[in-house]
Amino acid sequence: MKAPLSWLKDYVDIDIPAKELMDKLFSCGFEVEELIETGKDISGVVVGEVIECEPVEGTHLHVCKVDCGKEGVFQICCGADNVKKGIKAPVALVGATVYATAKDHVTVEGVMTIKKGKLRGIESDGMLCSGAEIGVNGDMFDGGDYCGLLLLPQSFENGADVKPLLGLDDYIFDIAVTANRPDCQSIFGIAREVAAVLKKEVKEPDCSYTPQKGAYEDIKILNEAPDLCPRYIGHYVKDVKIAPSPLWMRKRLAACGLRSISNVVDITNFVLLEMGQPMHAFDLSTLGGREIVVRRAKEGEKIVTLDGNEFSLTAENLVICDGEKPCALAGIMGGLNSEIEDGTTEVLFEAAKFARDSVRKTSRALGQHSDSSAIFEKGVNEYTTEKAMARALNLIEKLGCGTVTDLHRDVMTPYSHTESKKMCVSIEKINALLGIEVPAETITEILKNLQFGVEREGDSLRLTVPRWREDIDLYPDIAEEVIRFYGYDKINGTFLPSAQITNGGYSEEQKAANKLKRTLSGKGLYEISTYSFYSEKDLDTLHIAADSPLRKLIRIKNPISEELSVMRTTLAPSLLQVIVRNLRKGNMEGKVYELAKVYIPKTLPLEGFPEERDTLSLGMWGKYGFFDMKGVFEDIADLMHTRFEFAPAEREFLHPGKCAEVFSDGVKIGYFGMLSPEIAAELSLDRDAYLGEIDYEELKKHARAFRYSPLPAFPEETRDLALICGKDVTCGEIEKEIYAACKFVSEVKLFDVYEGEQIESGKKSMAFSVTFTPKDEDISARVDGFVKKILGNLKFKLGAELR
Amino acid sequence: MDIHERIKEIEGRISEALKGVRLSKHLQEIKMKFLGKTGEISELMKGMRDVPPEKRREVGQQLNEFRGRTEEKFNALNEELKAEELKARYAAEKTDVTMPGIRGVAGSFHPNTLVRDELVSIFSGMGFEVFEGPEIENDYYNFTALNTPKDHPARDMQDTFYITGDLLLRTQTSAGQIRVMENKKPPIKILSPGKVYRSDDDATHSPMFSQMEGLVVDRGITLCDLKGMLDEFARKVFGEGVKTRLRPSYFPFTEPSVEVDVSCFECGGKGCRLCKGTGWIEVLGAGMVNRRVLEGCGVDPDVYTGFAFGMGIERIAMLKYGINNMKLLFEGDVRFLKQFKD
Repeated sequence: MKAPLSWLKDYVDIDIPAKELMDKLFSCGFEVEELIETGKDISGVVVGEVIECEPVEGTHLHVCKVDCGKEGVFQICCGADNVKKGIKAPVALVGATVYATAKDHVTVEGVMTIKKGKLRGIESDGMLCSGAEIGVNGDMFDGGDYCGLLLLPQSFENGADVKPLLGLDDYIFDIAVTANRPDCQSIFGIAREVAAVLKKEVKEPDCSYTPQKGAYEDIKILNEAPDLCPRYIGHYVKDVKIAPSPLWMRKRLAACGLRSISNVVDITNFVLLEMGQPMHAFDLSTLGGREIVVRRAKEGEKIVTLDGNEFSLTAENLVICDGEKPCALAGIMGGLNSEIEDGTTEVLFEAAKFARDSVRKTSRALGQHSDSSAIFEKGVNEYTTEKAMARALNLIEKLGCGTVTDLHRDVMTPYSHTESKKMCVSIEKINALLGIEVPAETITEILKNLQFGVEREGDSLRLTVPRWREDIDLYPDIAEEVIRFYGYDKINGTFLPSAQITNGGYSEEQKAANKLKRTLSGKGLYEISTYSFYSEKDLDTLHIAADSPLRKLIRIKNPISEELSVMRTTLAPSLLQVIVRNLRKGNMEGKVYELAKVYIPKTLPLEGFPEERDTLSLGMWGKYGFFDMKGVFEDIADLMHTRFEFAPAEREFLHPGKCAEVFSDGVKIGYFGMLSPEIAAELSLDRDAYLGEIDYEELKKHARAFRYSPLPAFPEETRDLALICGKDVTCGEIEKEIYAACKFVSEVKLFDVYEGEQIESGKKSMAFSVTFTPKDEDISARVDGFVKKILGNLKFKLGAELR
Repeated sequence: MDIHERIKEIEGRISEALKGVRLSKHLQEIKMKFLGKTGEISELMKGMRDVPPEKRREVGQQLNEFRGRTEEKFNALNEELKAEELKARYAAEKTDVTMPGIRGVAGSFHPNTLVRDELVSIFSGMGFEVFEGPEIENDYYNFTALNTPKDHPARDMQDTFYITGDLLLRTQTSAGQIRVMENKKPPIKILSPGKVYRSDDDATHSPMFSQMEGLVVDRGITLCDLKGMLDEFARKVFGEGVKTRLRPSYFPFTEPSVEVDVSCFECGGKGCRLCKGTGWIEVLGAGMVNRRVLEGCGVDPDVYTGFAFGMGIERIAMLKYGINNMKLLFEGDVRFLKQFKD
């Protein structure tokens, strides 16, 4: 929201510098994001009168003597076509800063400093300026758009600084207005706050006008969508004379960055800026049947808006129609068919309140935005709607651009609000919420400054809420108004003196997850965080089958891009992306993990909340191998005081010979393995990568409480067994048999594997260290017997023999 | 041979033997030859039994003296040699202490985890429990129950990812507030950390980021209590001497609402690049829980009041560690991650 200081001064007597006002606005909730000084690039430019002007032969130049009053008389060489003796124009003195313009003398290319110089050998002490060169356009000053000199009135005093004369000494406050204050989406709205913070009176804009009675042909207004249009006011203006607006109005519009179009259109724009009420003017001669119908569009109905864009509409879109066709997209933009043109003689002014979500939806759906839609989306109040119409009519009179008739149609609906809200609040409760004692008199004064009607009776305040303050709902809103102006710096920190003691911290489950992370980070893995969404194509990269359950994806309806469009069902694609990114950046090795959610729909399309399952991903690349990865799984098993079983498995994206599924208590909890060489080649990876995932939701069910095991009273016995067995026999099978054969076996550890010359072909040697732990008896004499049994079982079940 | 001569003769050979000895190990061998169990001196002493009784005392004395003398000689020389050997070893084993150390490979936690844990530990000391709600929320918990009905312009403050008309990716951890208040009677003090999603993607915005929401509901909770708690938070996270400043703002679910700035911990409030010359850094939004929100959750707003605050974890991490681009947090570059040893 841009508010020029000069304009604010129309309503409030502002007697402090702009910077100070900025701080005051900040303190009451209006952050000035930028304070723009309009003429900040221009300096050293004064009014000069050309007292001599001689052409330089053979050139387009003139050499002039310019009287700059107290600054002196200077010889200036000038190439403008409108330079002549007797004119007054801006003179940039030596050392002045002005805009450098392109060859067209209009397009600004930068800022330049004027130096003493020579043009065609003729000395020139300064420069006579055009409007563009000092940042003035035709709306700011007549003649500002001309490519020659900006001609100044004879009344301007020679040598006077041009900045105040041309409005270049203004400040524009670019204010962030919070969503609860749509009433401050206007210069006058901001002025009310300025008045309150400065404790000054606010001068209302002049809304008076004299309607001319007459027997006018009636204009019917029919509102068929009262829910989307709670209020619609139309007013008939005749004898319209389309002409340029006067300078004062053009200047106002220009200060807010709008170009002048014509008096009638400018009035609607002016009122929008000043009051925050978008208005529209229909050329009545183009309306079929002298009637306005506010209704939902018919499916497929078309409209071409003022900017020439054509839209096909649906019943979601509110339109303003005449007897036959849509003439405006309600609250967004007028139709080309009813546009104000130079020959327009009859106008119907519209000031309405449209439902904010209706305007927002239509504006989004059609991709059509305007200053008007931006305001309606935030909300207008009917008080302002009424006022704005009166203000527009006042301006019609003031500009003399038409006859304001007494044909006024105000269509109210059950959704209209014409009453002021009344409420009763307790001073004590306000102070109890704030935690400080704001004196009752101060509260009353603050509210009165904000134009609340206030009647105090002991502790209670009977309030009449200004009609434009639709945000005021309950007493905390009043507390906020009070503290906004009393000052947040008066809030002193206290430490819950009245609260009860509560017990804080992580839950047991959260602690367990934190412990898992601590273990993994302690083992040398880096924790990563990746987006919860990716592209379905990322599953293709991993060769995930078309009918895989991982393809049951929750889709985002309005993703930023296809890359981030589905909620992940597996962390593997995200993990692979991290590995690929690292390798491409030359990080040739690494170990990472992530504990994050996967999103599993119960039905598709989604009905009700999906399952969000915490999942752990583990990744390694570079020098790390299969058993580094497996070691991490074993560390996790230790942490959970359980034991995992590993079985060879296959997965689309993993090396079929280097892939394991992981079980706990016979339940599958995860997998890991080497990225398939095929995919590695497709991604041009020149290092091996290992990927794994654990269903953490499942895993946590298998965690066992830790219990100390009593130390054996008798010594443990260890035997090393070197076995010869078939190549296909796995370590796991042998381990399982050894454990099964003897209840005293507490640990089986593979320590050597050998295949080669000394071993029969098709066979391999595996050496295990087996620990026997006694319970409450001495087993030393029995161990040889246990070994015999173990060997017997191994031979019988797996064909393994002692080497 | 007379015992004197024997001693003299042996002593002579000992001196001869010791002449070229440089290593303690050789000295030990020579010592064994003379003083060992079967060494010459021991043998000589065994000869005592052949000495006539009247001479035994004298001979014994001489032999003992001889043995003692010899042992001393060996010991002295041994010490000398040992000292030299140690010196030589020290010289040989001199290490370049400036060479790099051998280190176990430590991993690291993601900066978000570090900040989250720090915040949780600060607030759990004040009695806050940690609650985590779902990331896929419905319209009710994410908006309506937070006093943001369908037509509310505040919905535009956050660009929402929708899954169906009703289900969406939560835009704020505030959604968790409602779930807690529905299931728990005051006193309530909870922290709700988690991932949130908004349709925004540039150097300072990420479509996924993390928030930490705090909520207190009890009797007699005031805006001053909110300020007191945030002062404590600011000092612990950003350092002693860091102050907070409240300024008016707007969130539909709090009233009054405030934006909370901390005094710039980089420049102490004088103004620098970090605080863009203002001396203050915006860190979080907060406010007194809106009565309508309490009511909607079945909490009597005439009995209880409360406050809520919410902050972006990435924002705190970026401020605390001086990270300039949010993207780095989600790329998983190990050169970045390995710096966060904590």
